[in-house]
Amino acid sequence: MLQLDDKKIEYLEILANQIRQDVIKMLVEAGSGHSAGSLGMADIFTAMYFHVLNHDPKNPFWPDRDRLVLSNGHICPVLYATMARAGYFPLEELTTLRKINSRLQGHPHRESLPGIETTSGPLGSGLSQAIGIALAAKLDHKKYRTYCLMSDGEHDEGNVWEAVMFAGKNRLSNLTAILDRNNIQIDGFTENVMPLEPLKAKYESFNWHVLEVDGHNISDFIDAVFEAQAIFEKPTMIIAHTIPGKGVSFMERDYAWHGIPPNKEQAAAALKELRTLGGKIKSEHE
Amino acid sequence: MLNEELKLNPKLIPSFLGKEKIEEKPNRDGYGEGLVLAGDENNNVVVLCADLTESTRSLAFAKKYPERFFEVGVAEQNLATIAAGLGVSGKIPFISSYATFSPGRNWEQIRTTIAYNNSNVKIVGAHSGVSVGPDGATHQAIEDIATMRVMANMKVFVPCDSIEAKKVTLAASRIFGPVYFRLARESTPIITTEETPFVPQKADVYWLSKKPQAAIIASGPLLYEALFAAYELEKEGVETLVLNNVSVKPMDEKKIIEVAKKTEAIVTVEEHQVMGGMGGAVAEILAKNYPVPMEFIGMQDVFGESGQPNELIKKYKMSKNNIISAVKKVIKRKK
Repeated sequence: MLQLDDKKIEYLEILANQIRQDVIKMLVEAGSGHSAGSLGMADIFTAMYFHVLNHDPKNPFWPDRDRLVLSNGHICPVLYATMARAGYFPLEELTTLRKINSRLQGHPHRESLPGIETTSGPLGSGLSQAIGIALAAKLDHKKYRTYCLMSDGEHDEGNVWEAVMFAGKNRLSNLTAILDRNNIQIDGFTENVMPLEPLKAKYESFNWHVLEVDGHNISDFIDAVFEAQAIFEKPTMIIAHTIPGKGVSFMERDYAWHGIPPNKEQAAAALKELRTLGGKIKSEHE
Repeated sequence: MLNEELKLNPKLIPSFLGKEKIEEKPNRDGYGEGLVLAGDENNNVVVLCADLTESTRSLAFAKKYPERFFEVGVAEQNLATIAAGLGVSGKIPFISSYATFSPGRNWEQIRTTIAYNNSNVKIVGAHSGVSVGPDGATHQAIEDIATMRVMANMKVFVPCDSIEAKKVTLAASRIFGPVYFRLARESTPIITTEETPFVPQKADVYWLSKKPQAAIIASGPLLYEALFAAYELEKEGVETLVLNNVSVKPMDEKKIIEVAKKTEAIVTVEEHQVMGGMGGAVAEILAKNYPVPMEFIGMQDVFGESGQPNELIKKYKMSKNNIISAVKKVIKRKK
């Protein structure tokens, strides 16, 4: 593992900004797709693919790779952009998102693109698939870790809680879940649509280790991921508080941007803002 | 007469004559035996169950290989999706519950995370058909063949007895990719023997008269009723052939077309809704290749109810006598 010094953090922050720009370009080109969650998770995806994951983009089927399972598949623009930046496939391919004959399906399909661990889109089924992958690691005495990136809205699904119970029962310490707590879903704010709080207490009562971090503070987030690796008794849930649309001021915190792309003018404004910000997109309580 | 090459149970004819009782066993027992054999053969075979370990006959495997057995509780969505994760990680998971729950309740999870994801999961639906009996319609799966065969990447088998269920189980563990097969709750006649061949995507002619006027195509335990009907029809001078159509998907198209050409009339027999089931699949093949008059024995767009299995089979017109009537009817419809 590379040292996480100030220089590396600055590098990751600039990279996350680039990935946000990729996302905007992809979405405006596609003409449909999910803006808010994709932008909100850019820092976490960058941290995962460029610091945390033990992986080899040139060898996506390497049996000992860490597995990253994206449960809320609709934010795949940020997954694809990060994977392309990491070297899984050429950057030029990003603008094929959602188009005919593309490997970048509107929601991720495992068999379409090497490096995609599970097919997702229908919500609530990622954590249990990650559990299956983590169980396989234990059966095979493999050291790889499984990370499941989830949304808060998908916690309305019963399948999530079935999985939470199972992972707690089986003490799956090689599993880390990362929750994008951005408080929005399609119909509005999560606490209005279907209240989820107290989320931390809920997970703890299901026998999980729970950490809460600022999802835009790359350094704190990486610390939390490494703390999770040191917990041998339980699976860990990292509740990452994020701002939907982060980095593009007119999208931030507005649930209307959950499932729509920017138009050309909006995209130009978003890209201008992102270019101006450079490596300055940070958490607001640093 | 019975196809001697297939080495079927020698007690079949004596049982039709009423001279001897044929052995009966639930075909879920064959699944339980097959599961242990599959586990012996391949370390990657794992089994998951949703609080029905004994009833779905996963218990022997769970006892022999506890480290490869996972109890998920009454949670069929979790059952399918955990298996999907195992299946993309080199494991060969078998998941079993009652078919109304899995693949019933978790249909979308199976579609996305197993079928579309092409995960190497084997879905086993126990308690299929109305002959589940007293539990009633909530527990009688009569839609599962339709809902599974409609999924791309999914293979579907319907074994006729416990011996064939054992062979299907072992074969499923050796086939890469999603597989569904259904089992029954009650004891049903043993039709085949260990020597009877089972080859995926192959349908064998179990009964063949000299000049068959109609073909009876059956899947599952009702194959016994179909053979019994063929036997009685022959006594009346009506010649037929009976096909064991265990591979619903992929189906033995060549054989289906061949028997249609030979007989010009088809009766399909299954303990399932007539819409979308095995009979529907046969009709799709024949409509495209060689249309002939068809009759469909099965559930006629209704739910089942509580009762004894034999009472239900009679009430819903899936017994030997109903098959005999259907054969006579379809022969009359020939031009």
